Amino acid sequence: MLRIRNLESGYGRLKVLRKLSLHVKQGEVVTIIGANGAGKTTLLNTLAGLLRIWSGEVLFDGKDLMGIPSEKRVFMGAVLVPEGRQVFRTMSVEENLILGGVPLQKKEGRNALMEELEHVYSLFPILRERKDQFAGTLSGGEQQMLAIGRALMSRPSLIMMDEPSMGLAPLIVKDIFSIIEKLRDEGKTVLLVEQNARAALGIADRGYVLETGRIILQGDAEDLLANRDVQRAYLGKDLDVEV
Amino acid sequence: MSLELLLQYIVAGLTYGIIYAIVAIGFNIIYNTTGIINFAQGEFVMLGGMIAVSFNAFLPLPLAILGAVIITMITGALMDIIFIRWLRSPSVLRMIIITIGLSILIREVALHIWGESVRALPYFTGNEITSLSFGGVRVSPQVLWTVGVCSVMVAGLSLFFRYTMVGRKMRATSDNRNAALLCGISTGNMVTLSFVLSAGIGAVAGCVVSPITYTQYNIGTGLAIKGFTVAILGGLGSSVGAVVGGLILGILESFSIWVLPAAYKDAIAIAILLLILFLKPSGLFGKSDVMALKEF
Ligand SMILES: Nc1ncnc2c1ncn2[C@@H]1O[C@H](COP(=O)(O)OP(=O)(O)OP(=O)(O)O)[C@@H](O)[C@H]1O
Ligand SMILES: [Mg+2]
Repeated sequence: MLRIRNLESGYGRLKVLRKLSLHVKQGEVVTIIGANGAGKTTLLNTLAGLLRIWSGEVLFDGKDLMGIPSEKRVFMGAVLVPEGRQVFRTMSVEENLILGGVPLQKKEGRNALMEELEHVYSLFPILRERKDQFAGTLSGGEQQMLAIGRALMSRPSLIMMDEPSMGLAPLIVKDIFSIIEKLRDEGKTVLLVEQNARAALGIADRGYVLETGRIILQGDAEDLLANRDVQRAYLGKDLDVEV
Repeated sequence: MSLELLLQYIVAGLTYGIIYAIVAIGFNIIYNTTGIINFAQGEFVMLGGMIAVSFNAFLPLPLAILGAVIITMITGALMDIIFIRWLRSPSVLRMIIITIGLSILIREVALHIWGESVRALPYFTGNEITSLSFGGVRVSPQVLWTVGVCSVMVAGLSLFFRYTMVGRKMRATSDNRNAALLCGISTGNMVTLSFVLSAGIGAVAGCVVSPITYTQYNIGTGLAIKGFTVAILGGLGSSVGAVVGGLILGILESFSIWVLPAAYKDAIAIAILLLILFLKPSGLFGKSDVMALKEF
């Protein structure tokens, strides 16, 4: 579904991603974990087209994404739930969702849009209750749900999420992760970026560890959870004490 | 001062005020989607009136106006496509200089085409001495045309932005451009559309008001200053603010003739602008956080 080879990108003259390669197969949940500043957001923004691909190759459904503008990538089925939620604060919850469905409406018509709206409301009943409220007045957790719901409105084949648990209370984080599990069970393909490595590896099929713009480790989620380096660096286990 | 005279001043103030409001709304539409002030906004009003007068020589009035509005809209689109679209996140200063440059360019072209002569469309109904009487106040039907057409445009725009898909996409673009891109909205086209809309309403206003105020190649500058004052007075980005601000400025100017020499009329806008910038930069209806967020 998604295959990245030797991708490089960054800001201005600052190169952040260095020869990065990874792949995501249909129906998989793949997580990328890494410390602050490792380049996780840079990677997802490059995949979404907000940043330019400097070199390397990004194939989505076999098509090269080089030079394709971000709004076209949404139509192709790759959608990003951006870091920090980025809902349309001055617009109502329902308007946010409808805007997320712009590609779906263009492709399949208004009925499909209304169906998908129902589907998103059934995933997030709280959004239905708040549908006429300005998105800017929602709580952080509700805004995150809205951001995910808005992305789902285009019926994407690949959904990329950038730290959906950021800044949320543990209880809400649990809700968000159970939503991601639900998406997995519906057969959606998910590329999940997280600092909350334990929770992310807990629901993922596979994982990659990103450090200063390079993949330094990859494998099945369980193997990574059991890996001593990962445990020490990202799961907060003090191995010296354990031993 | 008699009540009739008072009302007469108010009517005159409303006529000018609603035009200022339309120019201010034009500023707002472009400001909202791009964060820049388009100082060529007044030129759209001028172009509307001047082109319509030329077309009216061989076309019936409604067609002449339609043609003028369409040509002005195309001018607006070209401004964005040729000069602005390809700039990636330009600085505010650069944008200001570009739009001021464009306003000078359009003015010079207009001077070249039409010369310095003062022109006007014919009155839409009746002529310059026709007037309707409302409880002793004599009002030219053209004033009703102006106030009526501009009010319909204001109401129409607000419905457009609230209820149509394209209107929503434009609001989404102004709310959060990256998020709009991530929803598959072509934000570049929305920006072009905002130039087209601004140009269109400016041109319509330029046509309906020209029988009363006349038009000339250089009226854009004064209108831009007044429209800008009104936009700031009402709070940048707020349509309600633009209408209220426009009417306030129009009525103040109208009454100023009564207490000040007429030559000072145009200084009022500048005085208000400076006062607002000192006392309440966010304007009457502006959210102060908008000012903090946008880099203007
Ligand atoms: N807009 C920008 N301009 C210049 N440099 C940037 C910009 N955004 C990020 N960087 C730099 O790129 C590097 C990677 O940042 P990135 O945001 O991708 O990290 P991240 O892995 O998402 O971190 P976090 O977990 O904090 O979100 C950092 O060194 C950062 O300083
Ligand atoms: Mg990040």
